[in-house]
Amino acid sequence: MEFFQGLLNMSGASFAQHMVNGISLGSLYALIAIGYTMVYGILLMINFAHGDIVMMACYFAYFGITIFHVPWYFTFIGVIVATALLGAVIERMAYRPLRDAPKNSVLISAIGASFLLENLANYLFSGRPMSFPDIPLLSQNIAVGSIKIQAISLVIPVITVISLLVLLHIVNHTKTGMAMRAVSKDYEIARVMGINIDNIISMTFIIGSALAAIGAIMWGIRYPGITPYLGVMPGLKCFIAAVIGGIGNIKGAVLGGFILGLGEILIVAFFPELSGYRDAFAFIVLIIILFYRPTGILGERTTEKV
Amino acid sequence: MKKLMSVLLVSALAVGVLTGCGGTKKDAEKSDVIKIGVFLPLTGDNAAGGELELRGIKLANKLHPEVLGKKVELVIADNKSDKAEAASVAARLIERDKVKVILGSYGSSLSMAAGNIVKTSKVPAIGTSCTNPQVTANNDYYFRACFIDPFQGTVMANYAFKNGARKVAIIQEVSNDYAVGLAKFFKDAFIKLAGPDSVIEVANYQTGDKDFSAILTNIKAMNPDAIFAPGNFTESALLIKQARQLGITAPFLGGDTWETQEFISVGGADVEGVAFSTAFDREKATTAEAKKFLDEYVKEYKGEPSALSALAYDAYLIAIDGIKRANSTDSVKIRDAIATTKDMEGVTGKTTLDKNGDPIKGAVIKTVKDGKFKYIDFVDVK
Repeated sequence: MEFFQGLLNMSGASFAQHMVNGISLGSLYALIAIGYTMVYGILLMINFAHGDIVMMACYFAYFGITIFHVPWYFTFIGVIVATALLGAVIERMAYRPLRDAPKNSVLISAIGASFLLENLANYLFSGRPMSFPDIPLLSQNIAVGSIKIQAISLVIPVITVISLLVLLHIVNHTKTGMAMRAVSKDYEIARVMGINIDNIISMTFIIGSALAAIGAIMWGIRYPGITPYLGVMPGLKCFIAAVIGGIGNIKGAVLGGFILGLGEILIVAFFPELSGYRDAFAFIVLIIILFYRPTGILGERTTEKV
Repeated sequence: MKKLMSVLLVSALAVGVLTGCGGTKKDAEKSDVIKIGVFLPLTGDNAAGGELELRGIKLANKLHPEVLGKKVELVIADNKSDKAEAASVAARLIERDKVKVILGSYGSSLSMAAGNIVKTSKVPAIGTSCTNPQVTANNDYYFRACFIDPFQGTVMANYAFKNGARKVAIIQEVSNDYAVGLAKFFKDAFIKLAGPDSVIEVANYQTGDKDFSAILTNIKAMNPDAIFAPGNFTESALLIKQARQLGITAPFLGGDTWETQEFISVGGADVEGVAFSTAFDREKATTAEAKKFLDEYVKEYKGEPSALSALAYDAYLIAIDGIKRANSTDSVKIRDAIATTKDMEGVTGKTTLDKNGDPIKGAVIKTVKDGKFKYIDFVDVK
């Protein structure tokens, strides 16, 4: 009986607040999940270093604003550029040399890149948490009735949707996008057909990392404590979000992000005793999806045709 | 050519290994040096706390560099705020570096992880700020310089009650032994004061969590008079920030882990007015040692020292005092001497260790005002 106390006693205002929290968290996961899914969709590789690229972007923002005192609008542009470059560099150093190697090698290289970034950050910036710079315009509180929203929580879903639309446009309606789709269908033939594989793949990572940077900025404003391991849990959860929605499918990643974000919040909302287990929710959903629909909700059902 | 390369590589490796081994054996038994191990989290979630304690120990080593005519050498080991690492790091300090006493750790979970090895290897350890009673209970080789959580929990419960709170919510970092222990002691003490229904909710979160909006929204609906939220400083600062953003105005109460600069820098204006218990403050610093400590600390590090540095300094003093009274470098004799520590003058007052190895000490209550920690009150042991 007590188990359902939370469910029965919740007021409308509380529920609405929970929904707002859930959508805010969900769109944050969605933004980062898009980066994961994009790289997988084009290259059929899971970039485990994606979460750590988010972490590095947060540190870039910290340095830009708090140390060098560059105004935030310039710093954010700088952060996106710097992170995109970081993504391209990692691709060049850790993934390109293994392009013709079996898929496992590049996966392990990604894990290695992830550890490298984490420990580099630990060494350079020390393990002590730093505060992501506060941007009063975005972190101010807005009250709608009795529901409190941070300005950034309204911005995040908007940015997520815009990023989604821009990305879909690039992939479906531009020449570069067409080349990306060609590479994902069959990379050898694409090369033979005259597509510059190196450039296309670098472009993919640049776009993916730019998205990671945007996600990082949103994340940092919402949750200001930066540590070298900040990318681990979100990286894991956003990867799960991408898998839930169908890895390789951009719309699926957004769907997965929202499912995970809303689910996490509502589980704790309705069953407060389970608040210590909220992370387990993501992993349980992953197991269920892998059992019953391994290609994800919006994923294509691929069967090997002999 | 390839074969030559591999032979060369293997020989280089072999030479490296052999010289490595030789080195430690050579200088392990220098008789004019006594080694004290420093076992702290210098990276990871608890790094800020560990850093502050390292400062205290280094300062103490600077002001008291010798005992029994031997130079005190600090062997610093990082347990990475990780329970699994902690056990092996402590073992390494004992077996490889052959320290006589261990100082540390910040974090009850980390200290408890090392508990077994110090007991079986018979090397005394002095905890710096680990307040969970289980660190020293049933362990003759673990002592500590700080008060314990049953006392700390009661102090905060009394403070809450005295300031008018009759319904409180508890938000605990469930993966942290310190937080869970302290929450329980607070709960027991508060229920004794305000009745069995006075603790209206106990919510949990994990170390490293960033989003507390769900539990806070639930708690907001219950409208508590105060919220007791023991936990690591980063998570606590984010928690309080999000609570204020959601419109929760109830005062937040916590424990000694909040006294780090990061709590204020991450928490910003939102942590103004919180109250927490801690072991030391300039206002209550009456001993001669305390004045020396304060002067040196301000000279070396600028800024006010936190209780963590003061406690670590005292842990070093307890160790030195023990070695002096044992008049020997045998760890078992040192342990016996430490166990009889009585009225030892330290920074946080006069330390007497009871039969569990815990000091009988009062607590200071502090708040955050204008971006700085400020003293409110002192609660002595009855």
